[in-house]
Amino acid sequence: MRRASKLAASVAVTAALALTATACGESSTSSNNSGSDAKGDAGVGLAFDVGGRDDHSFNESAARGLDRAEEELGISFKEMTAKNDETEADREQRLTSLAENGYNPIIGVGYLYGSSIEKVAAQYPDITFGVVDSVVEGDNVYSMVFSEHEGSYLAGVAAALKTESGQVGFIGGVNNPLINKFEAGFVQGVLDTNENEGTDVSVDVQYLYEDNDAGFNDVAKARETADGMLGRGADIIYTAAGQSGQGSIETVAGVEGAWAIGVDSDAYEQPGLAEYKDSILTSVVKGVDVAVFDLIKSVQDGEPLSGPHSYNLEEGGVSLATSGGFIDDISEQIEAAKARIVSGEVTVQETP
Amino acid sequence: MSAASAVTARIKNIDREKIVLGVAAPLLAIVTAVVITSLVMLATGQNPFQAFSVMIDFGTKSDSQVWIINKAIPYYLSAVAVAIGFRMNLFNIGVDGQYRVAAFFAAAVGGALALPGIVQIPVIILTAMLVGALWAGIAGYLKATRGVSEVITTIMLNFIGGSLIGYFLKEGRLAEREGNLIHTKDIPDSSYFFEIPTSVQPIYGTIVIAVAVGIGYWFLLSRTRFGYDLRAVGASESAAEASGVSVKRTVITTMLLSGAVAGLVGMPTLLNISGNYGNDFPTGIGFTGIAIALLGRNSAIGMAFAALLWGFLERTGNQLEFEGYAQEIVGVMQGVIVLSVVVAYELVRRWGIKRQQRFVGEQLAAQAQARKDAEVTA
Repeated sequence: MRRASKLAASVAVTAALALTATACGESSTSSNNSGSDAKGDAGVGLAFDVGGRDDHSFNESAARGLDRAEEELGISFKEMTAKNDETEADREQRLTSLAENGYNPIIGVGYLYGSSIEKVAAQYPDITFGVVDSVVEGDNVYSMVFSEHEGSYLAGVAAALKTESGQVGFIGGVNNPLINKFEAGFVQGVLDTNENEGTDVSVDVQYLYEDNDAGFNDVAKARETADGMLGRGADIIYTAAGQSGQGSIETVAGVEGAWAIGVDSDAYEQPGLAEYKDSILTSVVKGVDVAVFDLIKSVQDGEPLSGPHSYNLEEGGVSLATSGGFIDDISEQIEAAKARIVSGEVTVQETP
Repeated sequence: MSAASAVTARIKNIDREKIVLGVAAPLLAIVTAVVITSLVMLATGQNPFQAFSVMIDFGTKSDSQVWIINKAIPYYLSAVAVAIGFRMNLFNIGVDGQYRVAAFFAAAVGGALALPGIVQIPVIILTAMLVGALWAGIAGYLKATRGVSEVITTIMLNFIGGSLIGYFLKEGRLAEREGNLIHTKDIPDSSYFFEIPTSVQPIYGTIVIAVAVGIGYWFLLSRTRFGYDLRAVGASESAAEASGVSVKRTVITTMLLSGAVAGLVGMPTLLNISGNYGNDFPTGIGFTGIAIALLGRNSAIGMAFAALLWGFLERTGNQLEFEGYAQEIVGVMQGVIVLSVVVAYELVRRWGIKRQQRFVGEQLAAQAQARKDAEVTA
């Protein structure tokens, strides 16, 4: 009896599986493709990385570009956001939904969108795609990459000149090639300043996660790490960790005389970080907003951008923020360092 | 003849009882989950009915079905890995670390070799199982010889595994860089697993691994001496020891088995999708597996349904976000379902026991009455 019921159950399950395996019924992509949608005039579709629009950092920079396009160009848009522990399938679904519903251009914010953009862009040749921090093949893809290491170099120079304790810190969200660029630039900036200006500053480098993108939205972990770093004597901490950076900035602001360096967005100007702004020395601003706006405008003008474009220090794609005026006293040295990079006298390393 | 028919009747009765109880619990859980999620949506000012209709409508589309099945394959494997431990009261929280370390080294081996697919695929899979088993075996060994709680060791091993991968996943060690991605060398094209074509996207061939593991799990636990020992240790360690089962050996073997299955979790991604292990390799499937094992009550078939349900929720959750619902609503749903299942099974179990007691009580009373009647007539 028992065996029979087990058998019946397994047969039922197999049948159910077989039924689903034949994929009966219509496909979701075949039903949505109606009239105006196919032309791609629904507006801009933008997919954020983990942390989302209000991360005071990377995503928020992209969001600013979107808001500016809405204001100046009158476009409408649709935002979606990545979750932690996502797989390629989730990202593809997100981009496909946007494409199916007629959004154009479609922009993936973050290097994780690289492969999914490549795949989906090939399926929708009439739609322009954009991807931030990744270079993707395809005639209808605009790849926006940035010289984070050059901006970080300037932050390193500023940190080395402003530290009182002779020790500065770098906190990275995830130990991956992208965040390594921030680290490499920052460390080189400090070491070159030691050589040029005769300072004797050491850098404490720590990553929140080795291989998990939770590092970009784990505020609590950044708080702990910053706390440990301050305890070991660092008085300036540069955090490149997306939304997590907020935790580090909060912790630094709680210590008299310590400074935080923001990343991607100008942290001093962030409304969400307003109560800590007197502790924000400067920020390495990454012009994701400019890049996103450029792409939207080009599509609007009927001449969509494509191919890879590197936003570097020379053209202002990355820069060091001066709001708050806390680094005005060292602006000469910063400008000199910038000139050395632009002229090619100094080549900033991309890997630590 | 009458005795035989009475026995069949009783078995039939118990069987029906079992089915009623078996259906009652998941039904109760799903109804509770739907009610609670609706309340949450109402409280946040969203229309639950529309949300459910979007989910059912979108989730049953053909391409959604394929997506859900493909997504469920690693979930199912992960759940089985967790369930093997659960059946003997071992909490293998480290499936996450085990599958990532296993997939990483399997990918490294796969990228370094260029054998014909028919040889290389088994080599990759065996490497993954071996590495997964070894990684879990550390926790098993410590538990058996030193009595260290496997909850602690497996969690710690997750972090160590992450750092280990972080160390080797660097240019010049076992990885190569491609823009901001860094990954192991791609496995040759011949080492990709086959796909089952459908009218829309193909279903990943690694589904056969999942089915084989499911059948193997059922057979091992309910049809072999080892499975019996394992469940005996789970029910009572001291009783099992007294009846001649070596608890230490069972602990180590169970952890090795659990780890070997955990090693397979990364295979659908490696052999059907990515072809390498990089910093975009999915993480967290080991933890999803815990929820699915709980939801599927450690049963081979139950976990298959649970894994598919999980895939369904994720597929439709992405769509809900597109429709303007809060992205978190699916997370709420998943959490509520697991909680409701745990609570519902406990409630139904108690209700079942009460029913049985009443049933037995009535029978005894009837028997006593009958005896009394017989005495009276006599």
